[in-house]
Amino acid sequence: MSLLRFCEWLGATPGSIALHNSLYAYLIVSTVHVVTIALFAGTAAMLDLRLLGAALRDVPLSEVAARLRPWIVTGFLLMLVSGGLLFYANPVPRYQNLFFRTKMLLLVLAGLNALAFQRQTGRSLAAWDLGTRPPTRVRIAGGVALALLAGIILSGRMIAYDWFDCRRPQPAFVSVLAGCVADAR
Amino acid sequence: MLSFFEWCQQAGLIVAMRRSLWLFPVIEGVHLMGLALIGGAVLMVDLRLLGLGLRNQPVSTVARDAQRWLMVSLAVMLPTGFLLFMASAVKCYYLPAFWVKMAALAAALAFTFTIRRRVAAAGLASNSARTVALVSLLLWGTVAVAGRLVGFP
Repeated sequence: MSLLRFCEWLGATPGSIALHNSLYAYLIVSTVHVVTIALFAGTAAMLDLRLLGAALRDVPLSEVAARLRPWIVTGFLLMLVSGGLLFYANPVPRYQNLFFRTKMLLLVLAGLNALAFQRQTGRSLAAWDLGTRPPTRVRIAGGVALALLAGIILSGRMIAYDWFDCRRPQPAFVSVLAGCVADAR
Repeated sequence: MLSFFEWCQQAGLIVAMRRSLWLFPVIEGVHLMGLALIGGAVLMVDLRLLGLGLRNQPVSTVARDAQRWLMVSLAVMLPTGFLLFMASAVKCYYLPAFWVKMAALAAALAFTFTIRRRVAAAGLASNSARTVALVSLLLWGTVAVAGRLVGFP
């Protein structure tokens, strides 16, 4: 089953239709998703700013990471559940939304950046944990993480603007990027 | 009062902003990036006052550091928020959520820069510090939720 077929099937399930047509449930889920930016992106940004050497300089990086991790993880789980429900309410339009695709790509890149950072710096951490100005590659990782976070927020906001909706005439490259072509049956 | 709101919406800059396809959504996006920053700056201190988060550090250290980022986030939030307000000022005038947000914002700012600042600088972990943190979270939380409702069509 292609992803599009899966989204079509998902969008036809009773739960998806009910959430799509609900007034308050959808409003509550989308409010949770937006307000959780303060928790998830807020705590993640503080950690990234520490990597940049721009915030909490007097606190060892390992301590900032350990103390903030539960809050970042909690925020991320809330984002994942509320975001998953928002997708569930509109699977096909989201799947074919260019900004949604951009956001998913940026999310994957942010995950890879965090993973690469953990693998590379785990061993050398002791050498600069207390330093107010982390090594260049650490600051680059923090800057990249911050930029990706900003991109995720911006592209997430843009999902609501369906300028590139497949149901309207679009330039060929937009149709390809948004996966509209697969829908032409 | 209403005539001021009507004037806001017709200011030249704002008319140009509403005509532009990209400008309004991008300003919304930057406003949300500010939400992340202000969330981080507020939570750092409130979690610490609750005995959570960076609990091995003195409250005053965390508060001093968070203060700078609170100012940065306000420098992002207030101008972008004002532009978003101006673009649909008349709608805001009739929207209870907008007035709730403005009242909560005024209360949150006043509370943060007076009582909370003094409690955080004193750095005492006590029941009153926890109360201050909860009041702060409640006020800023109201600003955020009401803000989301203002944006809902």
